[in-house]
Amino acid sequence: MWRFVLRRVLQMVPVLIGTTFLIYVAVFALPGDPIRALGGDKPMPPSVYEALRHHYHLDEPLIEQYGRYLLGLVRGDFGETLNGQSVASLMATGWTVTVQLALTAWVFELVVGIALGVLAGLRKGGIIDSLVLSGTTFVIAIPAFVLAYSAQLIFGLKLGWFPTAGTDDGWPYSYLLPGIILGSLSLAYIARLTRTSLVENMRADYVRTALAKGLPRRRIILRHTLRNSLIPVVTYLGVDLGNLLAGAIVIEGIFNLPGIGQQIFQAVQIKDGPTVVGISTFLVLIFLLANLVVDILYGALDPRIRYE
Amino acid sequence: MTNTPDPAPGTPLLQVEDLRVEFRMRGSTVNAVNGLSYTLAEGETLAILGESGSGKSVSAQAVMGILDTPPAYVTGGAVRFRGTELLGLPEKKRRIYRGAHIAMIFQDALSALNPVHRVGDQIAEMLIVHKGMSRGDARKRAVELMDRVRIPSAASRASDYPHQFSGGMRQRVMIAMALALEPDVLIADEPTTALDVTVQAQIMKLLSDLQDEMAMGLILITHDLGVVADVADRIVVMYAGRVVEQAEVKELYARPAHPYTEGLLASVPRVDVRDRALTPIKGAPPNLAAIPAGCPFHPRCPRAREERCPDEVPALRDVTGTGHGSACHYAEEVLGG
Repeated sequence: MWRFVLRRVLQMVPVLIGTTFLIYVAVFALPGDPIRALGGDKPMPPSVYEALRHHYHLDEPLIEQYGRYLLGLVRGDFGETLNGQSVASLMATGWTVTVQLALTAWVFELVVGIALGVLAGLRKGGIIDSLVLSGTTFVIAIPAFVLAYSAQLIFGLKLGWFPTAGTDDGWPYSYLLPGIILGSLSLAYIARLTRTSLVENMRADYVRTALAKGLPRRRIILRHTLRNSLIPVVTYLGVDLGNLLAGAIVIEGIFNLPGIGQQIFQAVQIKDGPTVVGISTFLVLIFLLANLVVDILYGALDPRIRYE
Repeated sequence: MTNTPDPAPGTPLLQVEDLRVEFRMRGSTVNAVNGLSYTLAEGETLAILGESGSGKSVSAQAVMGILDTPPAYVTGGAVRFRGTELLGLPEKKRRIYRGAHIAMIFQDALSALNPVHRVGDQIAEMLIVHKGMSRGDARKRAVELMDRVRIPSAASRASDYPHQFSGGMRQRVMIAMALALEPDVLIADEPTTALDVTVQAQIMKLLSDLQDEMAMGLILITHDLGVVADVADRIVVMYAGRVVEQAEVKELYARPAHPYTEGLLASVPRVDVRDRALTPIKGAPPNLAAIPAGCPFHPRCPRAREERCPDEVPALRDVTGTGHGSACHYAEEVLGG
């Protein structure tokens, strides 16, 4: 088990180096000059321009820049934004917002998604089942931003139940509406996955055995059917936490939440290399860790899977 | 546990009468069991023999009350346990009989055991639910049961998962689970079909030993004539969801009274008779959505005659006066060879 974890952590190193390099090259290849853009409309004196270029090492070849960046990463230094702020402190404020948003969305999709899936699966073909199937199709078909703007309009402006934007009211109030919208797509998938998996497992031989043992229906469902049905759902939930943390750019934009998504969007626009690469590296790391946690969890849930 | 009223003397342990099960599919109805009747006496071993599709497993599931409904429905008949009719009982009362009075083991123990629970816990669950035992006591008892079905080092193996056992050991776990509440009837649905021949013999031996020790009725469902020869007292041969012949084992092997049984015996290789050509039964088992009129076996029967077989359904009747039943118009002829 620990050897498995260690091997997986070691495997992350080349993946991290590869992805950061690709992102670095991509930012480097962006058209336009970030330093000149810093001056805005005003022309910048050549001496200042050269000094800034040198300060951000933009006068060095790509490989040298990247090597310097990588060395910094090893020391825990994520570099400096073009505004002179440290990328680490910038990310600290952004991550606080994004983590709260993503966790809100995650808990929402976990609880409501599984509950809907179970209700639908227990009575396949029933009214609840039909409602869940059509409702989830609806959610999957509609783009997230349409849902977001509609929710803002209805629940924020018209009804006044939730703040329309910003984080002024703190957690959980400010995060509820964006969290629900962010989690709604995955909620639809989770409800469907839970339903299908439950229906499949109810036909399994071991459920027939449980019946033959004379167990009460409730116990058969909770201890036997559900336990097995939730294995794929838990896997999905694990991977999705990574998705939620990384994929909130649109929702953060619409609800004006100053999270990591907003920061990376702005950084790309002003070609702020250190910020883009810093945040991306972190996102890659989160994805890798989420996958590792899922694999470990999978082994805990399904005894047939063992790690050598 | 419920108190079953004392049955009148002479009441069979289990009595199945005119049982009918159909599968309602889109656009068609499959008649899986069509008026099946048999009785099981206390301590008796009854073998139910038939090809796949003869309705033997479905009828056992109907007796247990664990049919997949839909698509399968019991449409008629009676299942009496010591005189108590089980078919009409509400699920809450019916459940008490399952496991406690009538237990069942299945063909494929790997899929029949829950993959994510330890085998000891799966056995203990019976005792916790039915007898209200504490977890600790139930676990201890589970280990004793595993010991009883001769699983080596039962105490440590109780915390293993089903996939960590060999096929034979898994079937022993199933047996230990089924016997946890000392049931009066054990239904074994092809318990050895998925196993190696040597292991098959061990499991059959174990089943018959345990049956002797516990004095329970055993229903052995199989398609394998060889499996039942040594252990069964009586055999019921099923075809197209009905009994076509029933007799004591030796009687049935020595003097089959139905052409189908005759055909089954002729298609099994025998070591003691050399150079005997194997004769398969021609044709295929009947389509249960369109069972032939008259005797369901007549299209495949070498003895079928135009005048009765295609029109008249033969009833099961005692053809020797000693309880040897056959559902063939010409049973006496078959008996004569």
